[in-house]
Amino acid sequence: MEDLKATPLQAHHEGLKALMAPFGGWLMPIQYEGIIAEHRWCREKAALFDICHMGEFRFRGDIQAGGLEDVFTFSVKGIPIGRSRYGFLLNPSGGVIDDLIVFRLAEDEVMIVVNAATAPNDFKVIASRLKEPAQLVDISVQTGKLDLQGPLSREVLVEHLGSELGALPFFKFTRTRVLGEDAIVSRTGYTGELGYEIFLPSGKTAELWELLLKDPRVAPAGLGARDLLRLEMGYSLYGNDIDEKISPIAAGLTAFVNLDKDFVGKDALLKERETGPENVKVAFRVDSRRSPRHFYEILHQGAQVGMVTSGAFSPMLSCGIGMGYVKPEAAALGTRLTIKHERVEMEAQVVELPFYTGGSLRA
Amino acid sequence: MAKFFTKEHEWVEMDGAQAIVGISEHAAHELGDITFVELPKIGKSVKQFDTLAGIESVKAASDIYAPVSGKVAQVNDKLEDAPELVNQGAESEGWICRLEGVDASELGALLDAAAYAKYLEGL
Repeated sequence: MEDLKATPLQAHHEGLKALMAPFGGWLMPIQYEGIIAEHRWCREKAALFDICHMGEFRFRGDIQAGGLEDVFTFSVKGIPIGRSRYGFLLNPSGGVIDDLIVFRLAEDEVMIVVNAATAPNDFKVIASRLKEPAQLVDISVQTGKLDLQGPLSREVLVEHLGSELGALPFFKFTRTRVLGEDAIVSRTGYTGELGYEIFLPSGKTAELWELLLKDPRVAPAGLGARDLLRLEMGYSLYGNDIDEKISPIAAGLTAFVNLDKDFVGKDALLKERETGPENVKVAFRVDSRRSPRHFYEILHQGAQVGMVTSGAFSPMLSCGIGMGYVKPEAAALGTRLTIKHERVEMEAQVVELPFYTGGSLRA
Repeated sequence: MAKFFTKEHEWVEMDGAQAIVGISEHAAHELGDITFVELPKIGKSVKQFDTLAGIESVKAASDIYAPVSGKVAQVNDKLEDAPELVNQGAESEGWICRLEGVDASELGALLDAAAYAKYLEGL
């Protein structure tokens, strides 16, 4: 029996009769009322997600001398204080150990937010690349995290947590007080909607959850809705769309890689840039309401050219959408593909990302 | 006429010489939001417990098996644009198809409502 970790909100989820399931070593809510209803609520109002399972590390020290500057695919020194940046921790072959966000808290202090399942390994890898490993501390247990996402999230947040939060620009954060405690409120998220991520002491998470859920504009949403929301935006899911065998070049995520600086895996990426990746990520739209699913085969002109890594029915587009890796010759926009699994077959076409463009992300 | 159920969670109800077929309320609830129903072709012949149709939800794709043998006489084509009807009434407006040429004696291999309810308790 897997030993699953619980967030501080487990009793709250059970009280809401959430469907709970293992995810990344944690017992997490998949849905409350229903995945599509929660997805729609996030696109139209404000959805509240328990994200306490994600990992947080704090680094204190000289970023350059301490070795942190060369750990990620982007420059940590180059992040202005009060801003955050998305990028990767790579292995020497250029594969993605994790995708993560670094928050620049001060000249000599950052917070690193990583995926739940990869957190223990991330910590070991990052610490091993620092000159002084003790500069890195795992603060996951004491840190709670709630995401409030949706077009009404700003007005909800301003009303309950303070008017100064209303001026927060996209991808910027502020260190503030929430429920009397030191907290970080960041205008980030993974849904394609205007939204905020709130980091606060884990002991206060339940109080904030209850406060926000009392607001009729807010409803809880589970990982099922979160997966649909991120897929409609074409965002990668670690473990499905990216992993240690896939490079940011193959994944089409070179915008988050700075080849002008040093980092582990850079040489492999430079080489791959010259030769071209063996397989590349594509996004495709299905001609019907059928859902492509992880591991379904991708065929082009009758031959298998790849595999689906993420797929679902898109409530906003009313059709199946997906992402996967294919041979480069089948990756051009407009290419017709067949998605196949056992007796299920669906026709699809390679399209641009994001699938859904009507979100309030930058509102 | 009473409904009979399979252990795979289909139901069947005789309407004159035809059998109306669907999935149970329990199955619809377990599947979650239904997003697509692969309706069988009219005229298709199936044997009892063979694959009849397909159904997809946000969570999973599943086969629907024929509770009795027969030939597909009619399909619920409202499900093409509104598969959510299965969530709204799996044992009523969310029916899947009608079969003709049915041998009613095959109903004996199925569970009646009381036996199905007991079967669900044991799951």
